[in-house]
Amino acid sequence: MSGPSTYQPRPGVMKWLEDRLPIVGLVHSSFIAFPTPRNLNYWWTFGVILSMMLVIQIITGVVLAMHYTPHVDFAFTSVEALVRDVNFGWLLRNTHAAGASMFFIAVYIHMFRGLYYGSYKEPREVLWILGVIIYLLMMATGFMGYVLPWGQMSFWGATVITNLFSAIPIVGDSIVTLLWGGYSVGNPTLNRFYSLHYLLPFLIVGVVILHVWAVHVTGQNNPAGVEPKTEKDMVPFTPYATMKDLFAASVFLIFFSWFIFYMPNYLGDAENYVQANPGVTPPHIVPEWYYLPFYAILRSIPNKLLGVVAMFGAIIVLLFLPWLDSMKVRSSRYRPLGKRFFWAFVVVCILLGWLGGKPAEGIYTILARFLTAAYFAYFLIVLPLLSRMEKTLPLPNSISDDVLSKSDSSLGKTVASIAVVLGLAGTLVMGGLQNAKAATEENIPASQQWSFAGPFGKYDRAQLQRGFKIYKEVCSACHSLKLLAYRNLADPGGPSFTPEQAAAVAAEATVKDGPNDAGDMFDRPGRVADRFVSPFPNEMAARAANGGAAPPDLSLMAKARSYERGFPQFVFDFFTQFQEQGPNYIAALLQGFEDTPPEGFTLPDGSYYNKYFPGHSIKMPPPLSEGQVTFDDGSPQTLAQYANDVSAFLMWAAEPHLEARKRLGLQVMIFLLILSGLLYFTKQRIWADAH
Amino acid sequence: MTTEASSDPTRRDFLYIATGAVAAVGAAATVWPLVAQMNPDASTIAAGAPIQVDLAPIASGQDIKVFWRGKPIYIMNRTAKQVEEARAVELSSLPDPATDQDRTKEGHEQWLVVIGICTHLGCIPIAHEGKYDGFFCPCHGSQYDSSGRIRQGPAPANLPVPPYQFVSDSKIQIG
Repeated sequence: MSGPSTYQPRPGVMKWLEDRLPIVGLVHSSFIAFPTPRNLNYWWTFGVILSMMLVIQIITGVVLAMHYTPHVDFAFTSVEALVRDVNFGWLLRNTHAAGASMFFIAVYIHMFRGLYYGSYKEPREVLWILGVIIYLLMMATGFMGYVLPWGQMSFWGATVITNLFSAIPIVGDSIVTLLWGGYSVGNPTLNRFYSLHYLLPFLIVGVVILHVWAVHVTGQNNPAGVEPKTEKDMVPFTPYATMKDLFAASVFLIFFSWFIFYMPNYLGDAENYVQANPGVTPPHIVPEWYYLPFYAILRSIPNKLLGVVAMFGAIIVLLFLPWLDSMKVRSSRYRPLGKRFFWAFVVVCILLGWLGGKPAEGIYTILARFLTAAYFAYFLIVLPLLSRMEKTLPLPNSISDDVLSKSDSSLGKTVASIAVVLGLAGTLVMGGLQNAKAATEENIPASQQWSFAGPFGKYDRAQLQRGFKIYKEVCSACHSLKLLAYRNLADPGGPSFTPEQAAAVAAEATVKDGPNDAGDMFDRPGRVADRFVSPFPNEMAARAANGGAAPPDLSLMAKARSYERGFPQFVFDFFTQFQEQGPNYIAALLQGFEDTPPEGFTLPDGSYYNKYFPGHSIKMPPPLSEGQVTFDDGSPQTLAQYANDVSAFLMWAAEPHLEARKRLGLQVMIFLLILSGLLYFTKQRIWADAH
Repeated sequence: MTTEASSDPTRRDFLYIATGAVAAVGAAATVWPLVAQMNPDASTIAAGAPIQVDLAPIASGQDIKVFWRGKPIYIMNRTAKQVEEARAVELSSLPDPATDQDRTKEGHEQWLVVIGICTHLGCIPIAHEGKYDGFFCPCHGSQYDSSGRIRQGPAPANLPVPPYQFVSDSKIQIG
């Protein structure tokens, strides 16, 4: 992207095109002949990984937009309809949702790499600043995307974040009203966030092009931090860097796929499977993990305006980094003090992320204040001072000298350090999130053995059929199952009723239809295409009939409830693919009623004591008792059996494509392992020539 | 950078081809879900199930329009004159030859059931209009007769007959 191209088109069409639009020459000089320092390590592959993630997010996002309805009444159900009914809808949604997290993991690694190796220093200041702008745009895009599914966290996240602007003196409230397009977060807000969420990624593409242009003008930095002197320091981008990047991207996809196919809900919040309710704030509002350090900074400062200023300042300060750190030596490898402070800074950021997920109280606030001070001190005190005082180690003469002087163990070291950093960060952040939720609950539901757990999990058909029977005979008197259609009962991967059985179930229901020719609404028997008919016509009727508490819809219950797993269990959960908090909780709740509450607990009138219900006072009377539902298959008609069967059924109701997901996951994993292996050997073969 | 001749060129070539082939398979497989999602989703397919229509309220010489799978279906209770006209036509004079018998159900000759979408460019023809006592498309002037066959104008084919059968004398199931 800089200087005259060395591309020599063959006479004919290519020459004709090149004389008129030198686009092939541009690509050739930018991505083929472009000289790359030969000592780049794997930390440098994240640029290409980020480009890949941007493309994946845009493609899946455009596809999701084909099925999404940006309206407060339909947004939540349109996302669920996408996941349930559209071909591969679950795959596209999981990819986009987990993709956001992967994007941020990659960008944080990319940024810390730049920080460690001094990639922001002269002459790469503009390159760095463009990067910070991309990061800011990513944060805005990610935030608005999170609002679109219109779950509880979407709604309250939107409320909290937009309210940040109310801290601005005088005009703050007017700005917030402007952002909302109303007196509160509502339909206009959702519509504009949708529009902007579609727009911003293309702005990111624009700034990325500038970012890539800038790196092609200055050339890439390298781990030694010395500028290339001779041709021997460099290799052409293709095939050397290309193959290395492709291999790294393939490995990254394995990590990505783990979330898409096996842990789709690990990075999300269970609360977001509850539709937005402007009247009830969830007990713990937690942003997505990638905002947590800044959230911690915001909360650490007791003044509203200063908190917001500090939060934005924490990002803005990055723009000035090239001038705050004026040390001539770029790479921290040759900065014994700089290196130590860098790692201390990494720890500060991770700890801030951990604190962002903790409740803002007691020791956590004090710790967050201390770490916020440390965060700013790194940029405003440590780096300027070090630039003047630090004694650096001797630099290698050239990049070639650097390559010759060190052994070939860089891959192993990189992989090991990526694993350690990711592991540590993930552990702390997820741990924080887990703690923030249900921090007061002492009763943890017992983990059941579920047939659908693990990488090869499948639903037990007989169990789903029994569970459905319990739902139909007991739960359905009060609880709706709105997102399910009668046809789903005969879908593959479900309870495997025959289409005739599903039609018979549908026909038992009475569906309000119309208007007919006379303009009247009329009742007709249900059809398989109908969604499950709710027991009450609307929420107010449900509330009135149930002593003031509306029985919640059960369609997503198995994903909308969670509980703390505790350290270190949630770390193992990542590897064992544990996703069954929901069914464990439901099964425990159904068996957790106690006739006499413990001493000192006053039960409100019309409530029942339940060990596992948050607050222990539940309006639902114990719904199941021994022998209440008759099983035809000889299964024991006990409370425990009932509870497990109906929990399994509700898990299927919440995740009807679980089997397809795990099956495709296995195929994708095997494919990616083969591809990564082949890419690794190809890359080795190609680089063998260069050494 | 030096390029040495590899000692074993065939093995290297095999590795490169294998890698490229596997990557190509992966790329092709990735496209599949992105294309498949554009097909009608499960709820659309389920909503396209057969429908039943009661014919009792349709008097002779009248027609109704019902929707099935988003398409308008004309159900016409033809007069004896209309049936006669439709059956009197020389097949050889038709642009898209088909007998009226083939386009209706035996024993229910007065009932014409056609998809009301002009075979030219998809407009909805108006019933009981045009020179042939059938349908007239206002967009480009195509004329259909009382059996829904194209007689005049740019449309290339007859109005299609949807799959349907009589459940009883006064009730049909479309689909």
